[in-house]
Amino acid sequence: MKEQLVVVGNGMAGVACVEQILKKTDKFEITIFGDEPHANYNRILLSLVLAGEKSPQEIVINDTEWYQTHGIRARLGVRIAAIDRARRVVVDDDGGETEYDKLILATGSAAFIPPIPGVDKQNVHVFRTLDDTRALLEKARPGLKAAVIGGGLLGLEAARGLQVRGCEVTVVHLMETLMERQLDATGGEYLKRKIESLGIRVMLPRETAALFGNGRVDGLRFASGEELEAELVVVAAGIRPNAELARAAGLEVRRGVIVNDYLETSDPRIFAVGECTEHRGQTFGLVAPLFEQGRVLATAITGGRSVSFEGASPAAKLKIMGVDIFSGGSIDESEPGVETVRYEDPSLGVYKKLLLKDNRLHGMILVGDTEDEPVYMEWMRGETDLTPFRRQILFPPRDADPGRQVADMPDSEVICGCNGVRKGDIIEAIHDHGITTLAGVKQRTRASTSCGSCTNLCEKLLRAVAPDFQVETRTSLCACVPFSYEQLRGIIRGQKLKSVEEALNVYGNRKGCEVCKPALSYLLDMVWCGEHEEDRSARFINDRVHANIQKDGTFSVVPRMRGGVTTPDELRRIAQVAEKYKVPMVKVTGSQRIDLLGVKKADLPKVWADLGMPSGQAYTKGVRMVKTCVGSEFCRFGVQDSTQTGIELERRLEHLYTPHKFKMGVVGCPRNCAEATVKDLGMVGQEGSWQVVVGGAAGKSVRKADLLITVETTEQALEACELFFQYYRENANYLERSYDFVERLGIEKIRKETVYAPEAEKKKLLDRLARSKALAKDAWLERNAPVNPTQFVQIQPMENSYA
Amino acid sequence: MKDTHEWVAITKIESIPLREGRAVAMGDLELAIFRLESRCLTIENRCPHKGGPLCDGIVSGATVVCPLHGQRFDLESGMPVLASQPACVATFPTRVENGVIFVRLSGRKQQEQAA
Repeated sequence: MKEQLVVVGNGMAGVACVEQILKKTDKFEITIFGDEPHANYNRILLSLVLAGEKSPQEIVINDTEWYQTHGIRARLGVRIAAIDRARRVVVDDDGGETEYDKLILATGSAAFIPPIPGVDKQNVHVFRTLDDTRALLEKARPGLKAAVIGGGLLGLEAARGLQVRGCEVTVVHLMETLMERQLDATGGEYLKRKIESLGIRVMLPRETAALFGNGRVDGLRFASGEELEAELVVVAAGIRPNAELARAAGLEVRRGVIVNDYLETSDPRIFAVGECTEHRGQTFGLVAPLFEQGRVLATAITGGRSVSFEGASPAAKLKIMGVDIFSGGSIDESEPGVETVRYEDPSLGVYKKLLLKDNRLHGMILVGDTEDEPVYMEWMRGETDLTPFRRQILFPPRDADPGRQVADMPDSEVICGCNGVRKGDIIEAIHDHGITTLAGVKQRTRASTSCGSCTNLCEKLLRAVAPDFQVETRTSLCACVPFSYEQLRGIIRGQKLKSVEEALNVYGNRKGCEVCKPALSYLLDMVWCGEHEEDRSARFINDRVHANIQKDGTFSVVPRMRGGVTTPDELRRIAQVAEKYKVPMVKVTGSQRIDLLGVKKADLPKVWADLGMPSGQAYTKGVRMVKTCVGSEFCRFGVQDSTQTGIELERRLEHLYTPHKFKMGVVGCPRNCAEATVKDLGMVGQEGSWQVVVGGAAGKSVRKADLLITVETTEQALEACELFFQYYRENANYLERSYDFVERLGIEKIRKETVYAPEAEKKKLLDRLARSKALAKDAWLERNAPVNPTQFVQIQPMENSYA
Repeated sequence: MKDTHEWVAITKIESIPLREGRAVAMGDLELAIFRLESRCLTIENRCPHKGGPLCDGIVSGATVVCPLHGQRFDLESGMPVLASQPACVATFPTRVENGVIFVRLSGRKQQEQAA
């Protein structure tokens, strides 16, 4: 008969440990108790759920199928009330008993709620579990005044999530410095400035003395007597190990459950892992060491003594609101014999501080640029004498061979701290599955799928290990002009190039091709906001005659119907045109437009004139359309006027060109009938607010759009649309759809540089959009003023005998 | 019908914008005439791949790229630029005199399919 293994706790540490045990042995029959009613999920990603970047389903690590496949009994929503060590049973809340031969405590930790008067009021929350997150999501709405008590990692993530939901957020922290366990005063100041630039208020140091309000919280009162209005309060003042169960069972417990280097408690049948433990006087809050504990436990529980847990490496690599932070070793400057070396660049937001002792690296703080961390960690681990490096210590030479740094890391080193993926795991996956791309690594190992701070490292590893590693982003435009888009934008601006020929003659091969010519045409138009020298020979035929070429050389004609709304008169004209020009097919498109297919080039100007409608740009890399639902005007479920809003959005952006086609949708309620969440840009109406979503797709790729921002008024929503639109126009590579663009940059960066950018920056974006828009015209007006005499006209030979 | 040995006056050079092509119907035959920096070149206006109108393609040096599927042809020889492409396109001698483009239809040449 198999040994009975009972695991109390269905969180990351417990289940990761079980995964390790399953790799080693099948001698256990396993039962897992979880007091949350959910399958095992990635707690680190709750902030992304709060921010709307991931759904609760997307953060599940092991779904119910996993438990079944491995024959694990999952008892979810069941709390263990007691352990009877004499009888070797655990007792659940309902009095049910489960026997064990071995027991693992993985009870995790709970939010610490400081004993402040009023913390029991309504709308005071903690942010620890999926249910906490859901509760916050129910309350969060645009304009809501929210206060977060606690300026540590969890508090800052809660603040960010609420802000993305449109709340006015203030972070209140007891200490002088944000994240004081990882940062010093200067590092904290850099982080603070960054956070404030995103529009979050930070109050330091503030001791919250009470929460006031009649039943429901109305605000905070500080020890100084100062008050802060708040309709929602999140308490993120730290965590405490859940050790009561162990304490009541008579196990040795101080702050956490005491474990030795093999994760054994004072009872040899009982082990503990994760945030509930205390090891050599240390408790845990970051995830990386917990995975290490799980591996050691898995060996120990099967009787092995080959590995032991030596404590957490005192290092934390984090990404908070888009800021890279690394803190490692001892950061206590006051220690005798410690000297510090610093570097600061306030405009770049980069701060480095190295603490040296006996000419060896003793600790470090890196903010805004953590690229050199692997070199520093190597120095620290190896206790390298830094004498030969002293002059370059702030900018250590980066290896010519980019693989070397990662090559020197031990296989056991954790590369992705969010998901506990070690270097060895990634290498194994690369070899076993023939992975050659970062996407493959993400899919197989989950590395680099959370905060993204290890993306660089994963790429280096791929480069070093996978023989045919493929870089996923195309870096240079084409062989004719061997520069990146970024460089080309700079060159065009700096050298004041105004035409494709100029650009090709000066920076290219003087010929150009069908790839770079349209791309350069786009870049020139965008950089000069339409004040460039237009060269139609550098455009694809569709953009020379403003219609979409078909397989037989005829063209399709799609007139603009803003928001998909038309009139009997327009329909009559469309019908007349179709008959008069014998249009072979009239088709309703997927974007709520009417397509006339099979029109001859020479007929185009006459067709447009007879239609008397503007170009729908269905042939070009430009603003296509805004698809709308009926909305509050007629629909009994509609809560926003999606039709009029869609028409207005189309009016504001029509006739403009974009790196790739650009489709939009506006819906009047979350039922999403016009599929706004799979458009490049969408507006989703809700009661009293709009969600603006970006980067959706329903073509070759299917991708749900990311939430850019939630705002109260239609005008604010339209402005958010304009900001994203212009930002995409200026920063995407030509032929890069918004969904690739959003994934390449990350929604965080996009938010920061659009809707959360400083007012002055937003104004610049909108000004450039306005300049372009002022010069943008309905292309079909060229019917009256062709750019050359034979733009549409067929040439007749002068000697007509052949005609 | 005139003798096809003769040079036929087609159109004034201004009718074709620089680095663009235009189609001209000559009986059953359709030509694509391209205007480059210092000369004009003529090919048959029909891509041997799927019949695409080559006159509508983007010009790159002395080659043109079919607008339908991106097949690329040398305007002087009519040869496909990639050996993997299926076939050649016919070329016609072309000259410009006093601002008028002339084509000699009898000079039609079609190279052997690329090896």
